[in-house]
Amino acid sequence: MLHTVNKSPLDRNTLESCIQHALKGSAVLLIEDGVYGAMQGTQKSPMVESAMKEVSFYVIGPDLKARGIDASRVIDGIDIIDYSGFVDLVAKYDKTQSWL
Amino acid sequence: MALEVNGKSIAVDEEGYLENRDDWNTDIAKAIAQEEGLDMSDSHWEVVNFLREYYDEYQIAPAVRVLTKSIGKKLGKDKGNSKYLYELFPYGPAKQACKIAGLPKPTGCV
Amino acid sequence: MSKRFLYVNRKAPYGTIYALESLEVVLIGAAFEQDVSLAFLDDGVFQLTRGQQTDELGVKNFSPTYKALGDYDVNKIYVERESLEARGLSLDDLLPLTYEDEDDDWAEKDSIKLVSAAELAEIMQAQDVVLSF
Repeated sequence: MLHTVNKSPLDRNTLESCIQHALKGSAVLLIEDGVYGAMQGTQKSPMVESAMKEVSFYVIGPDLKARGIDASRVIDGIDIIDYSGFVDLVAKYDKTQSWL
Repeated sequence: MALEVNGKSIAVDEEGYLENRDDWNTDIAKAIAQEEGLDMSDSHWEVVNFLREYYDEYQIAPAVRVLTKSIGKKLGKDKGNSKYLYELFPYGPAKQACKIAGLPKPTGCV
Repeated sequence: MSKRFLYVNRKAPYGTIYALESLEVVLIGAAFEQDVSLAFLDDGVFQLTRGQQTDELGVKNFSPTYKALGDYDVNKIYVERESLEARGLSLDDLLPLTYEDEDDDWAEKDSIKLVSAAELAEIMQAQDVVLSF
């Protein structure tokens, strides 16, 4: 399953709830304000880093750029992808759940 | 709505502001000025170019008060006053000059 | 008699319309010559980060407009320290916002003041009107 999250983890508990329900081998894609969850050194980074042991994390590059988040500040191991990468992920996983 | 310039049709809104800022060139500016009943002098261009530079830097068209103050700082006190600017643009410097500069209507200008 | 207005910004810039709406209201409101302050806390601090580039998103990058606030005599911009720290940010990650002080021979001064949550609470208490975005 592919999970998408579009809310900032510092504003809502959407990412936290998503992580609690993401099974091993699934993927989490951070989009729109969800990309703040990909930043290093925030209060929520440890939660993401810990979840990355079992779940793959992806983040949309253009959403990072719009918010002034340089790739160097993204947690190591999170894949930065573009919109065609988004399409590939949707095709790769059997279903998608959008956490709003 | 559209404005015809050099055989090309340029999209404008119902008040005559350019729909697409990238369409702008000096011929279009002159055509808009003509619609406004203005003959573009060097002094007019000075204000129009100032507005375009301001927009490039801040992504807004300044309110009249801000325009007056900033013009005064950049071009001198004799130009940074509303009498001078209203003589150039009788229907309001921010409104008329912004239209000629191809910018949106200034924020807060009703 | 001018009133003290505080605009409270708590949302990240592009995911919702709040940040842009707030900025527009501030610019329009600046024409009324009130005593205006802005507060940025929680995800609102993300509004002021440097290096925003929205061309691939096809939306307007309005972050340069914060730099015009000084021209509009909006020069009290409070950023909450705890909110910055929770997001791994420091003052260096924010846009340099300045104004020219009319009472000090137009010297260029910083508009941003880093304040604690406790200080911000006092600032909120001291206002006549608080507008939340």
